[in-house]
Amino acid sequence: MKGKLKGAQTGHDLLKRKSEALTKRFREITRRIDEAKRKMGRVMQIAAFSLAEVTYAVGGEIGYQIQESAKQARFRVRTKQENVSGVFLPQFESYQTEGNNDFGLTGLGKGGQQVQRCRETYARAVETLVELASLQTAFVILDEVIKVVNRRVNAIEHVIIPRTENTIKYINSELDELDREEFYRLKKVSGKKQRDAAEQEAAREAKSPEKEIATAEAGESRDLLGDEDNEDVIF
Amino acid sequence: MAAPASAYKDRQFLAVIGDEDTVTGLLLAGVGHVSPPPDNQKNFLVVDTKTENSAIEAAFDRFTHERKDIAILLINQHIAERIRHRVETYTAAFPSLLEIPSKDHPYDPEKDSVLKRVRRLFGE
Repeated sequence: MKGKLKGAQTGHDLLKRKSEALTKRFREITRRIDEAKRKMGRVMQIAAFSLAEVTYAVGGEIGYQIQESAKQARFRVRTKQENVSGVFLPQFESYQTEGNNDFGLTGLGKGGQQVQRCRETYARAVETLVELASLQTAFVILDEVIKVVNRRVNAIEHVIIPRTENTIKYINSELDELDREEFYRLKKVSGKKQRDAAEQEAAREAKSPEKEIATAEAGESRDLLGDEDNEDVIF
Repeated sequence: MAAPASAYKDRQFLAVIGDEDTVTGLLLAGVGHVSPPPDNQKNFLVVDTKTENSAIEAAFDRFTHERKDIAILLINQHIAERIRHRVETYTAAFPSLLEIPSKDHPYDPEKDSVLKRVRRLFGE
């Protein structure tokens, strides 16, 4: 039981440390999310402006054409893992597949350069977004994990350790009680023995005068028998 | 307690719900993907003032729950505002949901679901 308590305390310390490490990480990530969100605002503004440039250069709406010609994603993400105190945080990594270009003909008539520039701008913007998304995913997962870990820490701190301590206390008190009982019984037994001895003593004491009386009687009777040779004076 | 690798191994696309300019720009960057026939599912949705909220919600559900190949869902903030309750209740890690500003609607950190959670966590 003591071992169990010790185990619970060690586990509690370890979990607490883990929770602290995660919280530190968590705060760092929230700070970075905040920064990245602001950066995203700027980047998207620039990107939107370059799109406006394209619209101006091409001289009409190209949205429809682009939407129709989108077939295969050129810009994809892959996920890899990062290990933070036993928690796997996925991280997105963007990459562009080479050799497929859905918009080869966009802006062929005019504004091709602007279209190209706009594509680059947007690609950069999307990279920022991907970065932000991976931060955010880490945030969501960490949030959940921290909750679980804290719950465990609290469970150990407020339920398991007190319960074990109570059990130990109960066992101790029970043992003490047994001890006391045993002691009391011993005392009682020795008391009884003493009393018995005293009684026996008393009995013996009580018996011996009787004996004396008996012997005295016997003596008298012996006397009675013994004074045959005495002369009877009165007769 | 981390999500199993299978939960995000196949996720490699970005999905977009946005206004025309945003979608056009992101498609130019090359995020657009149309799955092969016969289902022909696009990974983007263009929303304008005529688009019904139910259509946005359906697309949101499709991107977040049905499709298993989407890693990140980008949604314009003013559109997210229209289905705010759905965005608020969405807490899964994959796909991660990102609110982005649009040309006509500058980014407002006050409305962002994630930043709201951040603030709530730090007790502000």
